[in-house]
Amino acid sequence: MDKEQGKTAVSVENLERRFGDFVAVDRISFSVASGEIFGFLGPNGAGKSTTIRMLCGILAPTGGTGTVAGFDIRSQPEFIKTRIGYMSQKFSLYEDLTVEENINFYSGIYRIPANRKRERKEWVIEMADLTEHRSSLTGVLASGWKQRLALGCAVLHEPPVIFLDEPTSGVDPVSRRRFWDLIYELSGSGVTVFVTTHYMDEAEYCDRLGLIYRGELIASGAPEKLKTELMREDVLEVHCDKPHEAMELIAAMPGVKEAALFGRGLHVVTDKGEQVLRDLQATLPAKGFAVERIEPVAASLEDVFVSLVENRDREEEPQREVRR
Amino acid sequence: MNLRRLRAVSRKEFIQIARDPRSLGMAIAIPMLLLLLFGYALTLDVDNVPLVVWDQDGTHESREFISRFTGSPYFSLYRYVENYRDIESAVDAGKALAGLVIPRGFAGRTGSGRKADVQLILDGSDSNTATLAAGYAEAVTLIYSQETVAANFRCLGGVEPLPPLDVRTRVWYNPDLDSKNYIIPGLIAVIMSIIAALLTSLTVAREWERGTMEQLISTPVKVPELVLGKLIPYFTIGLFDVLMAVLMGEFLFQVPLRGNVALLFVMAAVFLSGALSLGMLISIVTKNQLLASQVAIVSTFLPSFLLSGFMYPISTMPQVVQSITYIIPARYFVALLKGIYLKGVGLDILFFEAGLLLLFGCVIVITANVKFRKLLE
Repeated sequence: MDKEQGKTAVSVENLERRFGDFVAVDRISFSVASGEIFGFLGPNGAGKSTTIRMLCGILAPTGGTGTVAGFDIRSQPEFIKTRIGYMSQKFSLYEDLTVEENINFYSGIYRIPANRKRERKEWVIEMADLTEHRSSLTGVLASGWKQRLALGCAVLHEPPVIFLDEPTSGVDPVSRRRFWDLIYELSGSGVTVFVTTHYMDEAEYCDRLGLIYRGELIASGAPEKLKTELMREDVLEVHCDKPHEAMELIAAMPGVKEAALFGRGLHVVTDKGEQVLRDLQATLPAKGFAVERIEPVAASLEDVFVSLVENRDREEEPQREVRR
Repeated sequence: MNLRRLRAVSRKEFIQIARDPRSLGMAIAIPMLLLLLFGYALTLDVDNVPLVVWDQDGTHESREFISRFTGSPYFSLYRYVENYRDIESAVDAGKALAGLVIPRGFAGRTGSGRKADVQLILDGSDSNTATLAAGYAEAVTLIYSQETVAANFRCLGGVEPLPPLDVRTRVWYNPDLDSKNYIIPGLIAVIMSIIAALLTSLTVAREWERGTMEQLISTPVKVPELVLGKLIPYFTIGLFDVLMAVLMGEFLFQVPLRGNVALLFVMAAVFLSGALSLGMLISIVTKNQLLASQVAIVSTFLPSFLLSGFMYPISTMPQVVQSITYIIPARYFVALLKGIYLKGVGLDILFFEAGLLLLFGCVIVITANVKFRKLLE
């Protein structure tokens, strides 16, 4: 495995993919350092899977350039395929094969040397906690097991870079946590992990994040950096009764950019934190809401993401009206 | 091409086929079933034509004449009737395909050396059968006439006159003109064309539909490894099907196999490589199981049935249709099987068919490899 830190594992420049008139990925540029866990965060349909497929050499870009593990994504996709592991969004091992048969198959495909075959297979089975299910048909396994087996098959050949496309969607929280432990383990051994997700809590586990929205990369950096530097607004957390009704009232108040349900309370995004704080303290009780507490909080990744997306939409709004 | 990867792919395919006993059973049972069905139903011989008889004469001679019909394998007596209406209703109802009317005075006229007329009524709604039945009837009548003439001469103490011309027919390859002898070999070829394309038409499309292909194309596996690896198990099944068909031909239909059995299987292997690759090519291009299986059936069934020379000889087809038959691989396989089975000839005679079959196989295998792209769209 590639232990050399500081090297670039993935780098793309103006990468673009169109499907007819639709621009799925709009000239994005970023790079991922060797050994990093890079999270690609964005809503469904933002272009995460399209990007990851181009990086894996299974979808041709319509524009831009890029390298993965030192090979060009346009001219050397087959070289890339020897150096990466890929786990697609949909479970894509053979459900009519047993756990062991799936591993044997990919072990043959990746040409694992005969003297390491057994060891790698046992490693996957143990890693995925499938010792008791090694002879079970893959189709009958619970989704958490399936995901871990898929990860195991994708890293059988110990690739320096792995791409995981929403690996934990549809998996229970305990299995998700376990899955992330595995990702850390792999990262700890020097593997570069490129992972897409739409779970905010998972995004926090990444070394660095790219925020993708409507095919565009709208921000990138470490989660802490995104939360502190990119958040221009203040966030107030409001705990009161009937939060749903309160949300509508708050959203209409002057100075409030956005109000959204967050846990049991509300997150209110504003440019003028102190003034809105005072307004809320006055208005909410007056309108008959029992206020528990209102306090400024540090922005969460979700706040950052929502705020960036809203700003982006606001910037694009006038343009779109002109286009109409 | 890496042997380990090839082995991994074909082993995986074998396991998947074995896990799906219904499909495997169908892959083996359907060709046997078709062979049974068509082998028995598709007889082009006309025998046991049901015959309705109105014997107006009712003499020893007329009964003797009728027995020439009913005693032959070509006619079987449906019943005797006493009027035209009953003949008509028997033919209308399809109970009889032919009616024989022997007029009063038949015995008297034939015995005295005068000309007697008999009437034959045929159901022309099946013109093929009617023509053949008319031919049989004429032959039966002719023989009876000759014997009557000879008998009359003998009675008169004369010498039997010799017919001025006598055709000595020798039918080669199929001396009994038994239609199953040429139907079964052709049928094996036709059935295998359909089954082979059908067998592989699902294999690639299924992987695209289930999403397993996306994982596979992200690995360093090479296209020829995938294509060949997937072909090997189906090739085994196909050869087994041919073996079963040949055994059925031998023991069930008793079709004589005059040629070299080894050559037959080598040719079957060449044909299968092309036909299986055709199914896979369809699967590769359509990426959809339902569509692929339909295209596979349509593109093999009718051409191999109608244009392969299996049912209708190619030499009697219009020129345009004849040139179309050159691109139908079943044509060559039909010719090869008929040649090996009936004529017992070898490659010295069949090299043209064998060569084109090999060419077809190579072209399709290469096209399948070229069309298979390790890319999403």
